[in-house]
Amino acid sequence: MELLLAIVIGSLYATGLYMLLRRSVVKLIIGLGLLSNGSNLLIFTIGRLVRGRPPIVPEGESSVPSPFADPLPQALILTAIVISFGVLAFALVLIHRAYQKVGTDDLDDLKTTDM
Amino acid sequence: MRLLFPIAIPLTTAVLGLFAWRWRAVQRGLGVAGAAALLITSFELLKSVWQQGPQATWVGNWPPPFGITLIADLLSAIMVALAAVIGFAVALYSLAHVDPAREAFGYYPLLHILLMGVCGAFLTGDLFNLYVWFEVMLMASFVLLALGGERAQLEGAIKYVTLNLMASTLFLTAVGLLYGTVGTLNMADVALKIRPLASSGITTSIAFLLLTAFGIKAAIFPLFFWLPASYHTPPVAVSAVFAGLLTKVGVYALLRVFTLIFIEQERTIPTVVLALSALTMLTGVLGAVVQSEFRRILSFNIVSHIGYMILGLGLFTTAGLAGSIFYIIHHIIVITNLFLVSGLVHAVQGSFDLGRLGGLYRTHPGLAVLFLIPALSLSGVPPLSGFFAKLLLVRAGLHAEQWSIVAIALGVSLLTLLSMMKIWAEVFWKPKESDPLTEGSVASRVPPMAERAAMRSRLGLWSSAGLAVLTAMIGLGADFVLAFAEAAAEQLRHPDLYISTMLQRGHP
Amino acid sequence: MKRRRLEHSSEVHLRNAPLPALEWERASVILGVAVRALLPLLLLFSIFLLLRGHHAPGGGFIGGLVAAAAVALYALAYGATAAQQLLRLSPRGLVAAGLATALASALVGPLTGAPFLTGRWMKVGRLELGTPLLFDVGVFLVVIGVTLWIVLTLAEE
Repeated sequence: MELLLAIVIGSLYATGLYMLLRRSVVKLIIGLGLLSNGSNLLIFTIGRLVRGRPPIVPEGESSVPSPFADPLPQALILTAIVISFGVLAFALVLIHRAYQKVGTDDLDDLKTTDM
Repeated sequence: MRLLFPIAIPLTTAVLGLFAWRWRAVQRGLGVAGAAALLITSFELLKSVWQQGPQATWVGNWPPPFGITLIADLLSAIMVALAAVIGFAVALYSLAHVDPAREAFGYYPLLHILLMGVCGAFLTGDLFNLYVWFEVMLMASFVLLALGGERAQLEGAIKYVTLNLMASTLFLTAVGLLYGTVGTLNMADVALKIRPLASSGITTSIAFLLLTAFGIKAAIFPLFFWLPASYHTPPVAVSAVFAGLLTKVGVYALLRVFTLIFIEQERTIPTVVLALSALTMLTGVLGAVVQSEFRRILSFNIVSHIGYMILGLGLFTTAGLAGSIFYIIHHIIVITNLFLVSGLVHAVQGSFDLGRLGGLYRTHPGLAVLFLIPALSLSGVPPLSGFFAKLLLVRAGLHAEQWSIVAIALGVSLLTLLSMMKIWAEVFWKPKESDPLTEGSVASRVPPMAERAAMRSRLGLWSSAGLAVLTAMIGLGADFVLAFAEAAAEQLRHPDLYISTMLQRGHP
Repeated sequence: MKRRRLEHSSEVHLRNAPLPALEWERASVILGVAVRALLPLLLLFSIFLLLRGHHAPGGGFIGGLVAAAAVALYALAYGATAAQQLLRLSPRGLVAAGLATALASALVGPLTGAPFLTGRWMKVGRLELGTPLLFDVGVFLVVIGVTLWIVLTLAEE
């Protein structure tokens, strides 16, 4: 399972970076989304995968029996998902506005502020 | 409790501002009142940290390594105080210089959310929480940058958003790897647990991931291109607060992480940082010298001076770190002031283009003085703050026997002077050209009469003059500021106090 | 963003409000009718999720997303203006109210001598009420507000 996820994470990073390097603004946003999903999955995998063992103390005991899922990475991922949701939504509004204003989604045409 | 104010006050101000969305006058009042409250409480915090040593609070009453800890050592407290100074100056300046349309679209709440993010980043003792504060800050800055929706702004914002999101993702990846390696994200706990792994491959990878992520945020050498492409596009008040605070959060994160967590024997990272610092100083200032737009010259100067700020980290001596901290204190105030002055110039003559400006020395001598003080300070002319900041770094460099970096730092400061004198000569000294072609286009850029009258309001001048006085005071009272910087550097070099404050809980 | 207040009525708003005319370009009768049935269900479900989040999977964030999705569906069927009228409060007002609620729940700790955000509980009969629930309500409102702010801004263009 870890191996599979590692491959998935790798491909997410790779496709994300590839998309970032394209000239289309839309693909840029997709690339950013893929990258952030890749890092979320990385955190998930790195917290060790445990199946069906929630970290909840059973009735009448004082601690959780030993192999249990680490709740922290999931909390981290949730936070990161919320944040990237907000940021990507904003980025979408932004490129929409930019497209209306500039009339192109080609990043090569968006370099008037670089000179 | 004191530690909460820098976060709770801007948040409360922003919430009240959201409620008072329709009443612009209320929003303006809130904007300044909130900034003033932040200023007072943050100096109170600085004073108590100076007198009683580092302080921490455990959010949600969770015991130390588990919950989020807010901690203020001297460096954090200094940074929060600086953020409050800039927040107040910019809020005051905004009253006179931000247009009503932006004010009606929540400019002040956004400004305060930005301040909250910045203060939160300075105060947190948890790496993931640092990521969250980064994002809070970035969200607010994205909107502030794009607010208004002019073409240049949108173009600048796309670059800014993309590169900063890249940096956030890298940071998040590093946080994930770090959690997988040591199983904790509390900075003090990480610092303790990573010591036995100090020279393993994974630690080095994480360190370099963080260096890249914070390097993008701080705009160091190969990663700075987003900054000059975007900082000159929004209104001046926004540029000024970005210039003063945002990159410094990146520098702060570098200082914090590489003095607390990644301290290895081989000193690879300081060596790399030193090389990057030299390249950052050089490329930045060379960019500044060839530009001919007021705010772009300043933007490249930000990049160049980030090089100085990380120089001390590269030297990795107490004197070097003290120099860096002094430099940050000096630079935040000076560069914000220069941006504010560029806005005042724009309010008078309606342009940022050096070719179109001119003759201000004759017509507005006061403005000329306001420019000259921070400009000379930035280039390091005594007795202003920049001179002592550079002196400290150069001295630390000589002590560490890094001759080449000292030579570069001195050369770059001459070039900085050159770029500042270029602005001086073009904007203030040369007589204003008045060929009909430029006249026409200037006229089209100048806002209508009523607004111009409002823009001439004295508030902008006051806030700029206040910052100029601060610069001079830091120069004249250099001993006093140096004491702070040295104590802060001492705490950075010997992080045991920071670690024990964070992990040993006293009574809340 | 133009906003008209509906006349106040004591009856249930959804049932008695006049059916807004379908905008011809997006008109889908099926969607329109389905939304009218789905909307109350989804809103109820969102509140269920919010309350369930207390001890089980659920919570303010997904509850808020479900509620926002319900209103967004309504906007798809009847247009952004109608959705705005359905909301009564502007999304911005929701964000402000949510942030204020969350801030208030966070400040209960410091006011009772504990650190920021400390959970405080009280018992009302068999019911345990505490600041985490209040915080979640704040999150719920903020999520609805922010999501609809974005959706309605995009939809109005």
